[in-house]
Amino acid sequence: LILYGPNEFFDRKVKKCLACLIAHPRADEFREIKMKHRTLFAATLLMGTMLTATMANAKSLVYCSEAAPANFDPAITTGGNDFDASSRTIYSRLVEFSHGGTTLEAGLADKWEISADGKEYTFHLHPGVKFQTTSFFTPSRDLNADDVVFSFERQYKADNKWNTYMKDITYDYYQGMDMPKYIKEVVKVDDLTVKIVLTEPNAPMLANLGMDFASIMSKEYADKLQAAGTLEKLASEPVGTGPFQFVDYQVDSVIRYAAHPGYFKGKEKLDELIFAITPDASARMQKVLAGECDVMPYPNPADIAALKANKDVVLMQQAGLNVGYMSYNTTQAPFDKVEVRKALNMAINKKALIESLFGGGGAMEATNLIPPTMWSYNKDVKDDAYDVEAAKKVLAANGVTAIDLWASDKFRPYNPSFQRAAELIQQDWAAVGVKATIKTLEWTEYRKEGKKADRPGAFQIGWTGDNGDPDNFFATLFSCSAVGVSNYSSWCNKEFEDVIQKAKVTSDIAERTKLYEQAQVIFKREAPAFTLDHSQVYSVTNKKVTGFMMDPLGIHRFDGVDKSE
Amino acid sequence: MFRFILNKLLLVVPTLIGITICSFMFVRLLPGDPILAMAGEHGVTPERYEILKEQFGYNAPIWQQYLNYLWTLAHGDFGVSIATKRSVISEFAVLFPATLELSFMAMLLAIIVGIPAGILAAVKRGTWLDHTTMGVALTGYSMPIFWWGLLLIIFFSGYLGWTPVSGRIGLQYFIKPTTGFLLVDTLLNGRWDAFVSALRYLILPSIALGTIPLAVIARQTRSAMLEVLGDDYVRTARAKGLSPARVIGVHALRNALIPVVTTIGLQVSTLIAGAILTETIFSWPGIGKWMVDSIFKRDYVAVQSGLLLISIVVMVFNLLIDLLYAVVNPRIRAA
Repeated sequence: LILYGPNEFFDRKVKKCLACLIAHPRADEFREIKMKHRTLFAATLLMGTMLTATMANAKSLVYCSEAAPANFDPAITTGGNDFDASSRTIYSRLVEFSHGGTTLEAGLADKWEISADGKEYTFHLHPGVKFQTTSFFTPSRDLNADDVVFSFERQYKADNKWNTYMKDITYDYYQGMDMPKYIKEVVKVDDLTVKIVLTEPNAPMLANLGMDFASIMSKEYADKLQAAGTLEKLASEPVGTGPFQFVDYQVDSVIRYAAHPGYFKGKEKLDELIFAITPDASARMQKVLAGECDVMPYPNPADIAALKANKDVVLMQQAGLNVGYMSYNTTQAPFDKVEVRKALNMAINKKALIESLFGGGGAMEATNLIPPTMWSYNKDVKDDAYDVEAAKKVLAANGVTAIDLWASDKFRPYNPSFQRAAELIQQDWAAVGVKATIKTLEWTEYRKEGKKADRPGAFQIGWTGDNGDPDNFFATLFSCSAVGVSNYSSWCNKEFEDVIQKAKVTSDIAERTKLYEQAQVIFKREAPAFTLDHSQVYSVTNKKVTGFMMDPLGIHRFDGVDKSE
Repeated sequence: MFRFILNKLLLVVPTLIGITICSFMFVRLLPGDPILAMAGEHGVTPERYEILKEQFGYNAPIWQQYLNYLWTLAHGDFGVSIATKRSVISEFAVLFPATLELSFMAMLLAIIVGIPAGILAAVKRGTWLDHTTMGVALTGYSMPIFWWGLLLIIFFSGYLGWTPVSGRIGLQYFIKPTTGFLLVDTLLNGRWDAFVSALRYLILPSIALGTIPLAVIARQTRSAMLEVLGDDYVRTARAKGLSPARVIGVHALRNALIPVVTTIGLQVSTLIAGAILTETIFSWPGIGKWMVDSIFKRDYVAVQSGLLLISIVVMVFNLLIDLLYAVVNPRIRAA
């Protein structure tokens, strides 16, 4: 166009083409097609208007999520964003965590019994639970025991067709929570009764069943997909019993849900739930401020103060179910000595360290391994006091002068910068005559190296709880069987091990509480690690949103949420 | 002309092989491991790690993995993403139109603003107008996209409230993709209001992405114009008594545009590189954002095949530009 200049272009091409159109022998045909198009056009226009009209009355909530879900099968995904988009919206479980807490309440199962030997869990399903009717599936029956059996068997039976329904899938959480070790079988007793048989008693099992991977799927839908040979649709066109049903997903951009009209706990007040995927935290905040989204997770730590001062939005905060800590390899000299580990702890100015890492109010000092929001937290345990002189004396007496200090490049909720933390700890230790050498590695390599039983030095790490059970912290991170896996201290203490193993097989909560309180005392006395912090987690909502609650498990739930106009 | 095309096409094959080697090696040179990245916070037991490694085929020697990769590629199979389990080619097909749409608008902006700005600067050479235009262009060229994009959002969306912050279209519009280009799809559906919405969402990312090409085009146009304006035939045209507009617009510009067209062609790779940052900031569901996500997840398959697909696109564009150049400039055809 530019080359010829507009006039010349028109002359040469357009005129010629127009002429050919008018004089074309099949001009009538063209006209006919044009007419057809016009009818089609009018029809779509009408449909479009109708759609807009219905939407204008619908109550919809926009959640600016932090990342796109890998897919919609909560058993084969591991990210919090995956779970928000699938298990917490579309699916339900046998038992559920209370909204905003970690105690368990009835889900698809109205009630359950645990046998005296702690090895048989019998669940009584809520009668008349409806699966969602979507554009791709119409259920012919209500939820029954077959669905529950299917949901678990696909994860552990290697000969189940659904165990490998897509290329290279792995049931990471089922494996990670040690379910293969504990679950012997899942049996249908009758249509509304299911029995889960364990190989040995395991008290945290109930909490595991409230986790995302234990979401209940429709066997009828799975059978239909299997008959059609489109198994992979289980992960892209999900059907569940949860509060919201799947409508559409535009990859990396928008997920749409509608309220499930037959939801067994009652239809939600929101008609429509939209996830607008917004990975950049600054853009997310601008979207909330501009009213483009109603709820956002994870604001930038630097923006917290401004958000707190802003009258137009609500900043919500909660102590996360997490802990940041630094593991000493207790099998290596000089860290095999309790007094050395304690002295190193005492040399660190924890308060200043947290202040500098998180700014004001970003995190609280950790005394115990578990956060204070978790049941069995022991308030009587006293932290190692910050005492440079005492530390210096012990370290000099033991001849400790050099130490490896590990750091990674990754932002974690419990530690925004391992690198910065390492530099500050390095200074503190220099003050007591110990020279720390910082070793930095990429995150996955970092953990691979860190868990080696012969790894030297102090290793910064942390944990975010899965199921709100203390066992999920104590046993996962410091049991003898976790050495080489996730016990970065390689710490295997008989006294501690006995207590946590006993707590694991006891179903009485009061008794378990006592045992875990005892475990915390032992932990502090033996100091296999430096407990750093429990960080605060933030969400922002606009003022119209009611009923949204932060969740200690780090999930974002929209059941029970409403929006005023 | 035919030989010219054939030569260009023959060059494509070795380039493609080179790209497969690069994309295959680079993603493996990154520290990190897809299996561990996939396992999340939990980590995996050493036994299970070995099982998974075997299952994914990462136990084989690296050259064998590469040959396997080539073998599947030869069968037209770009593989299945480790993270999402969807086929890479289908992910690409869904996301690519979004990037193309954004790049097109960015380029359009760059051309519409850049060429006139360059002409103006050349014609008013040495005046404050020239200095200002070129100064602004240099600033635009030097601006980091992520910073510039955020600045645009904070000012135009946050402070003035004129444009939406991020996304592709207003959330009240639910347009099923047919072509994948929202500007086209909205019109196909006869939704004028949705079209306007999609256009509004395009403004800021187009500016963010178009700034660098705009600066380059403006500067290139200026220098090309300056060269041509001093030529004999321009003086002749002036001497003939033609209007200044005709001298500049027809005689000078048409000849000055030849290097500019080349520059525009070269900007395709700049656009793709810029799209990675722009899309991340503006939550634009395109291939740039997809590549970033895949790299973070150490999704070897998505990264290596995605890079290959992007390279093919860039090569096709370069080829087209070469051909266009040959059409515009007869001297090339002869050579």
